[in-house]
Amino acid sequence: MLVLHCPYCGVDVDETDLHGGGEAHLTRHGPGSSDDEFHDYLFQRANPKGVHFERWRHVYGCGKYFHAARCTMTLEVFGTYSAQTLEPPQEIKDAIMAKRPDWTGGAKS
Amino acid sequence: MGQKRYSAFAIAREAMRQHTGWDRAWAKPTPKKKYDVVIVGAGGHGLATAYYLGKNFGITNVAIIEKGWLGGGNTGRNTTIIRSNYLQDPSAALYEKARSLYETMSQDLNYNVMFSPRGVIMLAQTQHEIRGYQRTAHANSLQGVQTEWISPQRVKELVPIMNIDGPRYPVLGGLWQARGGTARHDAVAWGYARACSDMGMDVIQKCEVTGVRTTAGKVTGVDTTKGAIDCDKLGMVVAGHSSVLAEMAGFRLPMESVALQALVSEPIKPCMDVVVMANTVHGYLSQSDKGEMVIGGGTDGYNNYTQRGSFHHIEETVRALVETFPMIARLKMLRQWGGIVDVTGDRSPILSKTPVDGVFVNCGWGTGGFKAIPGSGWAMAELMAKGQSPLTEEFNMFRFREGKFIDESVAAGVAH
Ligand SMILES: Cc1cc2nc3c(=O)[nH]c(=O)nc-3n(C[C@H](O)[C@H](O)[C@H](O)COP(=O)(O)OP(=O)(O)OC[C@H]3O[C@@H](n4cnc5c(N)ncnc54)[C@H](O)[C@@H]3O)c2cc1C
Ligand SMILES: [Zn+2]
Repeated sequence: MLVLHCPYCGVDVDETDLHGGGEAHLTRHGPGSSDDEFHDYLFQRANPKGVHFERWRHVYGCGKYFHAARCTMTLEVFGTYSAQTLEPPQEIKDAIMAKRPDWTGGAKS
Repeated sequence: MGQKRYSAFAIAREAMRQHTGWDRAWAKPTPKKKYDVVIVGAGGHGLATAYYLGKNFGITNVAIIEKGWLGGGNTGRNTTIIRSNYLQDPSAALYEKARSLYETMSQDLNYNVMFSPRGVIMLAQTQHEIRGYQRTAHANSLQGVQTEWISPQRVKELVPIMNIDGPRYPVLGGLWQARGGTARHDAVAWGYARACSDMGMDVIQKCEVTGVRTTAGKVTGVDTTKGAIDCDKLGMVVAGHSSVLAEMAGFRLPMESVALQALVSEPIKPCMDVVVMANTVHGYLSQSDKGEMVIGGGTDGYNNYTQRGSFHHIEETVRALVETFPMIARLKMLRQWGGIVDVTGDRSPILSKTPVDGVFVNCGWGTGGFKAIPGSGWAMAELMAKGQSPLTEEFNMFRFREGKFIDESVAAGVAH
């Protein structure tokens, strides 16, 4: 079972109290965007074999979305962070680099 | 080439001589420098594609490259439910083509795939499902797919071990496809591999594709752990690894890879001779010829390439099934495993040309592609040989941009 730290509640949460929300940091396109932008926003996913930034909702807790950096190949969690950000904070990137020195940040499109 | 045929006579003959006369079922070739067509992935869909390239189009200078072993991906991990009662016309056409090819596959391949058209019931356990399945039954009669809406009493007759008045989800009826059923999953991969090898194709195992070579937007070959291999056309048929392969070729897919788990019980005496699917609660049950109860559930909730899922998902599946099948409550479970399934934005597969000239993709079968293997191979071979196929047209990867979904949410958003 996955255990993720909710950055709002400050507690470690079992997967059964969470709900996965898919890829994080997508650019949300709205009216006036091109078909390609809409297509990418709605359907195109990085789906990396490796480092993945993703949204999780603490459904049976605070009910808020937070973000996690996780490896889809090992299920290792590098860290979780507030969703109030457009890109992963530096300490998360450092935590990833410490364990995956050849990571290029390529997971983010 | 020139495999000896399998037959009752061959078994008798070999019994007389200590089984010393069997040939290898397929060759173990070293890769050639160049092929007309390279297929990546020796799961059912990749092998079937190669088989029909040879059988229907005479294209036999083909390599099928597999990083693990034959059928070791989802093809060897699934619960083998075969049905074709889909709602949308393009799906019904493709899945019914596949189901009908399963009927004669053992004879066609001279390999016993143990196709067992024992019948499949999809239970309606909510008012919404009643409406959904009745609509599907009507659609199926227009499509020429034989299905039938049946009453709870008829469900009980077909499956005496079922409790049809469960407290939470009573059985309100079912969508019955009498010619749906199961088949032996490994045998499907092995049978195709043997037939491909017999046509002179190279089935290359333990060889991972690590790069796709292109010149001026056209494919020229692949890099592999056994060296570079040139090709004119490339078919990517790698299920959960499709995004990884697409990235090698420089494009992206509307897809996510997630774990889907299954489990089997200790063997028990025959107690259920049809396949039952309970989509509302995400539980699927059939009994194998060995007597094991084969159980499948819904997908896990996050991107995953590990072929492992979370334990609580299995618990949910089993809990749901126990209400409807109280007698399984005390069964011991023998094995549990997971596969990485390739789920698209509309839960329907992709059989398509790609932005790279000469590269074709066949993926997105997600939780339900075993049933589609022969039809998918048939259609994909036509697409690769001729550049188009009536069966694949609407499954192209560009449909998401146009909003032309093949929306099977009633039928295909879940494991089956
Ligand atoms: C638990 C479970 C239950 C299921 N139940 C059902 C069911 O009841 N009915 C049904 O119809 N479907 C079911 N499915 C879905 C079905 O198994 C799949 O849709 C189908 O088997 C996919 O076949 P495939 O040939 O596309 O993929 P696979 O069989 O996964 O083959 C893809 C192959 O590509 C190889 N590969 C990947 N990357 C590379 C590379 N870089 N180089 C070389 N080779 C590579 C892999 O090793 C793999 O062998 C189930 C799936 C699972 C996991
Ligand atoms: Zn919280």
